[in-house]
Amino acid sequence: MKLSSKAIPLNIENIDTDQLIPAQFLKLTTKKGYGKNLFYNWRYIEDYEPNLKFELNNPLRKGAQVIIGGNNFGCGSSREHAAWAISDYGISVVITSQFADIHKGNLYNNNVLPIEVKSEELTILMTYFLENPEAIIDIDLENQTIKVEGFEFNSTFEIAPFKKKCLMEGVDEIQYLINMKEEIAEFELNNY
Amino acid sequence: MKTLFDKIWDKHVVKSIAEDVDVVFIDQHFIHEVTSPQAFNGLREKGVKVFRPERTLATADHNVPTINQHLPIKDQESFHQVESLTKNCKEFGVELFGIGHENQGIVHVIGPDLGKTQPGMTIVCGDSHTSTHGAFGAIAFGIGTSQVEQVLASQCLVLNKPQTMKIEVNGVLNVGVTAKDVVLYIISKLGTEGGTGFFVEYVGNVFADMSMEERMTVCNMSIEMGARGGMVGIDEKTINYVQSRVDLSEKKIEEWKALNTDKGAEYNKVVTFNAANIYPMVTVGTAPDTGIKIGEKVDESTFITEKAKKYMGFDGADNINQQEIDYVFIGSCTNGRIEDLRSAAEIIKGHKKADKVEAWVVPGSMKVRQEAIEEGLDKVFIDAGFEFREPGCSACLAMNDDKIPAGAICVSTSNRNFEGRQGEGAKTLLASPITAAASALTGRVTDPTKYLQN
Ligand code: SF4
Repeated sequence: MKLSSKAIPLNIENIDTDQLIPAQFLKLTTKKGYGKNLFYNWRYIEDYEPNLKFELNNPLRKGAQVIIGGNNFGCGSSREHAAWAISDYGISVVITSQFADIHKGNLYNNNVLPIEVKSEELTILMTYFLENPEAIIDIDLENQTIKVEGFEFNSTFEIAPFKKKCLMEGVDEIQYLINMKEEIAEFELNNY
Repeated sequence: MKTLFDKIWDKHVVKSIAEDVDVVFIDQHFIHEVTSPQAFNGLREKGVKVFRPERTLATADHNVPTINQHLPIKDQESFHQVESLTKNCKEFGVELFGIGHENQGIVHVIGPDLGKTQPGMTIVCGDSHTSTHGAFGAIAFGIGTSQVEQVLASQCLVLNKPQTMKIEVNGVLNVGVTAKDVVLYIISKLGTEGGTGFFVEYVGNVFADMSMEERMTVCNMSIEMGARGGMVGIDEKTINYVQSRVDLSEKKIEEWKALNTDKGAEYNKVVTFNAANIYPMVTVGTAPDTGIKIGEKVDESTFITEKAKKYMGFDGADNINQQEIDYVFIGSCTNGRIEDLRSAAEIIKGHKKADKVEAWVVPGSMKVRQEAIEEGLDKVFIDAGFEFREPGCSACLAMNDDKIPAGAICVSTSNRNFEGRQGEGAKTLLASPITAAASALTGRVTDPTKYLQN
């Protein structure tokens, strides 16, 4: 995966999944259609009238596929609807200094790449993208690099080899486990 | 020398597939209506059955109304979601305790109460507060819906092994300090990400002295410090609790005892607190780490932010015990168990709530409700002007009819005070059941201690 995109900086720490998608929108039984309610309470004033102070609504950032969020992104509820909303909105990468564990897993399972950078790097990225709404960030999964076009920012990120393989080769963990059924049955036989 | 966590984890590894990535067998899976429909749809699309249906148990809790549960749910989407759960459970052969069933209730209340939650198990649910079940010396944690599908399809999960953390609290607790205050205190010191990447074991006489219900309250909120889960070692109390619900062999009991952390086993991180420093707590911001002693000023919270103060309408110099309140909610998977209701009733007995306060008591399950009625607690609440409702998640999250209106302030025994958690614009102050009860009586945030001494 290689991506060159604008980015949406959200300079807020502890963005919880109740903000990513409030509870009243968890009632669907499908995985689609959550994008328009992503950040509902912050994004709209009322009746879907956009709150222009919220960066997601900045017209200069139209088409951005990257969110840069404050530390401890995605804390709180395990609701995967938050990852569905992010993905449905068109986001492919979320960058922060630390994700909450469950949300990070949910992003992976929906082919959204969660990237953790050092706090100092996050501050640099956040500041730069707040000031330059049309700036472009380049992300390369294979080489695990992040660059910002026309700006001295050149960094790498860590990713567990298994997760990388899953994203690159489109390995589906569910299918992987289904294929292991015999081994699992044998494990049960020996242990229960 | 191994920790309780490592012993249980190692026993459940079906296969290691990469460094620190294991396929882990899951003993007990709980599901509810909100995070399971897409998982069942996935199975249908793949033409896959539920691998071990007897290891999954379902309940309807998040969407259910807490008044007139015998009538159909009015909200169409909620109705549809609960219906889908019923249909899915039937089609895939999963046992369901739906609305009206004598075993229905909040998933984390019924699992332990029915004896489904047992020591040494791996337990998961598409719900972050699955950490509750760790009170039994089990590895229990919340998962996303894709993982719910994995468990349904294979009874396993592909997992990164978390690190271990010991939280030790010793000493004598002050009067009025409950398990909720202990955990709010710990979170107020560690922050909402202090536990990220870790699985916590709670050690020390404070947790050893707690009842199983109290241990559940503590483990429940482990996720609020970012931890994957929390657990307490297995002792006589654990075994008695389970034994009073299901038949156990001596062999099983011996196996469980052997799981406890060995003397000298090492954790990746250790933190220690002194019980004497803990007082009745209340949160003042929009994250669970903003707890302060009742009687302190808002700005004495380590983790309070300007954004949170603005949302709450608090001036940092405000003393929290002057704060007027509008609602009190006693319930949720944190504090909706029978002991919680008993302790609140103890405070309320013979008093009346403040006129302007609306107060709801929502038992965590049908069984808890029934017990409360048998003990006459319902009358205590009703005589004091509280509403005594039917079980469900209720005002813990704004998903059913029980919402706190915009701008209103609610003292709540639940676990999250995020912006809008109890309704758009609602302001939540997290506290213990006895603090909530005392606050309902005065109409202000109130230290329960004086009611205990009377
Ligand atoms: S009571 Fe609240 S926290 Fe507990 S399961 Fe229900 S919604 Fe979640």
